[in-house]
Order: sequence, then structure tokens, then C-alpha cells
Amino acid sequence: MKAVLNGQVIIYGTGGSTLQAQRETLVFVHGAGFDHAVWTPMARYFARHGLNVVALDLPGHGGSDGPACRTIEAMSDVLSGLLDFLNLSQATIVGHSMGTLVALFMAQRYPQQVSKMVLLGTSNPMPVGPPLLAAAAEGHHAAIEMANMFSHSRRGMLGASANPGLHSFNAAQRWMERLPAGVFHADLTACNNFELEIENCAILTLVLVGEADKMTPAKAGQSVATQLSNARVHMLKGCGHAMMTEQPNAVLDAVSNFVLG
Amino acid sequence: MDKKEHRGPPRIGFDTLSLHAGQTPDETGSRATPIYQTASFVLPDSDFAAGLFNMERAGHVYSRLSNPTNAVLEERMAALDQGVGAIATASGQAATHLGVCTIVSAGDHIVASRSLYGGTHNLFSYTLKRFGIDTTFVDPRDMDAFAAAVQPNTKLVFGEVLGNPGLEVLDIPALAQLSHEHGLPLMVDATLTTPYLCQPISLGADLVVHSATKFLSGHGVVIGGVLVDGGTFNWAGSDKFPTLTEPYAGFHDLVFTEEFGPQAFITRARKEGIRDFGACMSPMSAFQILQGLETLSLRMDRHVSNTVQLVEFLAAHPLVQSVNYPGLAQHPDYALGQRLMPLGVGAVFTLTLQGGRRAGALFIDALELFSHLANVGDAKSLVIHPASTTHHRMDEQALAAAGISEGLVRISVGLEDPVDLISDLSKALRSVEKRL
Repeated sequence: MKAVLNGQVIIYGTGGSTLQAQRETLVFVHGAGFDHAVWTPMARYFARHGLNVVALDLPGHGGSDGPACRTIEAMSDVLSGLLDFLNLSQATIVGHSMGTLVALFMAQRYPQQVSKMVLLGTSNPMPVGPPLLAAAAEGHHAAIEMANMFSHSRRGMLGASANPGLHSFNAAQRWMERLPAGVFHADLTACNNFELEIENCAILTLVLVGEADKMTPAKAGQSVATQLSNARVHMLKGCGHAMMTEQPNAVLDAVSNFVLG
Repeated sequence: MDKKEHRGPPRIGFDTLSLHAGQTPDETGSRATPIYQTASFVLPDSDFAAGLFNMERAGHVYSRLSNPTNAVLEERMAALDQGVGAIATASGQAATHLGVCTIVSAGDHIVASRSLYGGTHNLFSYTLKRFGIDTTFVDPRDMDAFAAAVQPNTKLVFGEVLGNPGLEVLDIPALAQLSHEHGLPLMVDATLTTPYLCQPISLGADLVVHSATKFLSGHGVVIGGVLVDGGTFNWAGSDKFPTLTEPYAGFHDLVFTEEFGPQAFITRARKEGIRDFGACMSPMSAFQILQGLETLSLRMDRHVSNTVQLVEFLAAHPLVQSVNYPGLAQHPDYALGQRLMPLGVGAVFTLTLQGGRRAGALFIDALELFSHLANVGDAKSLVIHPASTTHHRMDEQALAAAGISEGLVRISVGLEDPVDLISDLSKALRSVEKRL
């Protein structure tokens, strides 16, 4: 689907749902270097269960026009504008990695638009290692390799995907290789520069942490939960940062239990 | 992004992937990959069932579509070939058919190397033609011919890493660049090389097919194939590939490129081709192929070293008119082979004896250690006369174009002691000399 916000095309998936104002809405925000297709299984699940689903491509990603946002604040402005454009007053924001920062900032700047949050692999702040940032700034392939390896547990790197015949580790690499020049660095810069002093956020939140997450370690996710006043933590045993592909069914169960009850 | 200099964390090595990729011991603790010999899988509840059918859930439904044993093989092959996914098929021929028909429809056109396995040549020349798909065959060494053969309705460029039986080395980087300049994907049959000797995706190809019957297994006890998706091709870059970029009525108007990113092709192939054509692999076959994969590098090194010794012996023999092996310095593709396949250019070669077809027949019949049969890539050494067997359906013109002379003999070198193989060759050549 396509929305045009201030002349900029923003692409979003709906998981097959037809958006209706009276329905509960779930918004999915992808992480650095990815696009809305990382949410396809989950989007289809919640669409089948009668929710509005909006999984957007942030600017510069997937089918959305660039340039990429260089701050989490700018990404949040785009998401807020998209919800307005779609006449969706409030949504549960589900974010992965960089997408969790968008959710957290949405909760601060546009609290009226956020009903609940699901944070998959989060950290506040979310520092990015200097070698990774430097490689991304150069446009060097090592940035993709570093990010991909840090994003997967050892088991995730070797495979054993729950999705038959799919090699999620290699797919993640291809995803990042498709990015237009500069987008990955913009994403990582946005993450690295973000630090939010969370003030009195009582929005009901689920924080999913991966026991083997090297990118946003479980402790960092647990710390985010303590910064919020109404958050619960769900630990994924043995899971790396690439949660949706390493443990797709466990992630879906956790999010479903939280969203649908 | 620049890929030349690797400076990220260390990658997992080829041998480790050969042994471990795609499998983690399950709750039983079985170290070996279990054989899930079952047609169907119990659905835990009706919502989970609906989720599996609607591509929300990860798991298995029915073994034509997917199976846990096959999935280990598929993921392992994707790992070794640097792909984003793979599908195990009933045969190598089924893998080629599945790959081609996932993107090509009636009214479309293929540009293919003319030096192909006879079954593939037949598929393209006659069978696909019946379904409205035309193919133009070109010299695999002639990049200009590939370019000239491209038509507005061309959807695919196809070749073999090593032509069969011509053993031309396909210039994958050049052909990939040419294909991509025309907005076309390059599909490569890498049966004779395996991912140990050549990784076509890393050289620019987009899709790879293997007959797993051959070197991947190495034991000659199973028929199977694998289709690997590199996830590299931008299907949405044009309107040439509607099976991937337009709503699919067979799955609630799903648009694969929109919903599956770099895995669009392999997802469509599973959701349509393996479902509807049905040429799936048996889990037992997948298990047997996995046993072969565990020792792939060890076997390929030995295959190659044996081949080099046999080729040296034959090239120097007075009864041998010519030996065609890209590892020989006089082979026209020697330098290209060294560049693309530094670990070796395979274990299949051809030779032509003085005395033409009769000499070839006498030679084959006199061999004792070499098995006369229609296959390559067995642990045991094999020999065959292509013009009267594997390529007998090709007419004289096509045979000549593919470099298959009347006297040509194809040898697939096995893992026996090279001294014994050379002894057998020597004895057979003496027998030919006496009887000519």
C-alpha cells in the first residue's frame, strides 16, 4: 500500500487487512537496514485475527522514498503522520531494535497515538560500536557483516531455521546489501545518537529480550523495562537479536498473548 | 558496498557449515539428522493450523511442501552456496524445472548455453517449447552471442559452470553482469563443481541448481536435486517478472516481492512450484545426501587430485588424440578456471582416442575398474559414451555445436587409488591398440 506524506511516498503492508477506524491497530516498525517485510508472518497473523495492521517502510527503506531519516525523532514524525493520514487515532506500536526507539519516542512525543508498546530487542541508549559506525560511514561491506553477526546467536548463524528451507542469516545480509547508499549509516547514526530521558511513561509495554542477544543484550532490555512504569519482560531462551527469524513462533506467541490476551 | 576486503568478524568455515548448518539436535538429542519419514504433521490446534497455511507460522504441514529432514539439507545447501533459501527436489532435473517455471511462463524466452546436460537441453528444446517457452542456445564462451540472443520477452539466462560434456568454463562474473544489464537473472547449474569448488552466487549468479545425485552425495545411491536462491536479483526492478511482482490469485493476491524481501523467489517456488508440480524429495533421500555433504570438501579434494593424475597420464599417451579438461594448461578456459575455481575444476573430463567411435567403444568395454553407466560424481570412477547415451536425443548439428564428437568418451573420476585407476586405463588402452 502507498501513502504520500508531504510529497514523500511511504509504503506499508497490511498483512492482508482492510483498515477500519473502529478496529484495534497494530503498527510494526522495522530495525536498521530492513523494511516492512520482516513483519510479514506476524502482520498476516494479526490481520487474520481482525486487527488493522500497518507495517511501514521507513523513508529510504523498502519501497519508501528517501532520504532516510537521520534521527529517531524524524522517524517518529513520519509514523505519526502516517497514522493521521490513515485516520487511525491510536495504535499498539511493535518495534524491533531501532524500531523500539521509534516506539519509545512516539510514547513521549505523541502519547495520544500510542495505546501499547511491544519492544523486541531494545536498549536506551542504543550505542553503536565505533568500528561498525565507521565501516557504515565508508559504505564498507564489513558494516553489514558485523551487524549481521552481532544480530545472530551462534545457533542463528548456523541456521536450523524454523522456516523450512530459509537461511535467515544470509537473507538478513541480502536485505542490508539492497539498501541505497548511506541509509544504513543514517540508521546506525540515529540509534547511536538517541538517548531518551523517559518521564512517567505508564503505557502498557511488553519487552522481549533475547538471552543470546549481542546487539541489545538482555540486560539492556530489562533496563528499558525499569525505565517504564508499566512494562513486563519476556525472555527468549537462547535467542539472538534477530528474534523474528530465530524464534518466529515463540515471538509470535509472546506478542499475541500480550496484544490479544 | 565494497566486498573485496573482509574485515568483519570471522565467518563460519565451509567444513563447519557442511557438518552443522541447518541442524540443531532436537529434544531427543539425536546427533545425526533424524529421518522424519512421515507424510503429514499433527497440527497442534486449529488456530496454529490456520497460521501455518496462511504463512504466519513457521513449521511443517505436509511433506510435499516441506519436511524437517529436507529442511536441514535445504538450509545447509543455502549456507554452502551463500543463498537465502533452497528447496530440495526429486531430482536435479526437477530443480531446474522448478527454478525455470517459477519465473518463466508461456510466451517467454530463455537464453541458454548450448553446452548443457542432455536432459536439460531436451527440456529447453522440446518440452518447455510445448508449453510456449522458447530457448535460444548460444556458445557459452561467446558473451556477444548471449547479448544478441536476448529478446524483449527473455526472462532468464541459463548455463552450466562446466559445460556437459564440453567442459567449457562459464565466465559467471561476465555473464552475470551481462544478464543484469539486460534486467535478467542468471541461473547456473553447478552440479559438476559443488559449492566447494565454485560458489556461483558469490561470483554474480542469482540462482543455482544442483543434481544432488552427483558429487554432493558422492555415493550414487540416491536421486535428488536442490534449487538455491541467492536473494540477489531485483525482481521488482522491472515488470518482467509478474509471478513475483504482481498479485498471485493462487494465494489471496499475495505479492511475493512486497512480502518476502530477498526471499521472494524461493518462497514463490515453494508456495507454487513444489506444491503444484509436486516433485519433492523423499526425507530418506535428504538424509542420504546429508551424509555425503558431511565429507564434501575431503572428497572433492581427492576427486580433483585423482583427476589431475589421470589427465596427465592420458594426455601423454600416444593413442589419445585429445583430453578435454579445464585443468590442463592448453585448455582454452584454463586461466578462467584457475580464477573462478582455484581449488580445482572438477573431476569430469573427456577424451577422444585415435580411431574414433570404434576405439571409444573398445576402450569403454575393456575398462574393468571404471563402471560403464550414465552418471557422474560417484565415489567410484565412471565412464560413458555421450553421443550414444546421455546426449543421444541431440541431432548431429546440436552434437557438433556442443562439442560432442562421435568418439568422445566422458570420464568421472572417483576416489579409488589413482595408481589402480591409471593401471586400468593403461590396460584398456593396450587392449584397444591390439584390436584396432
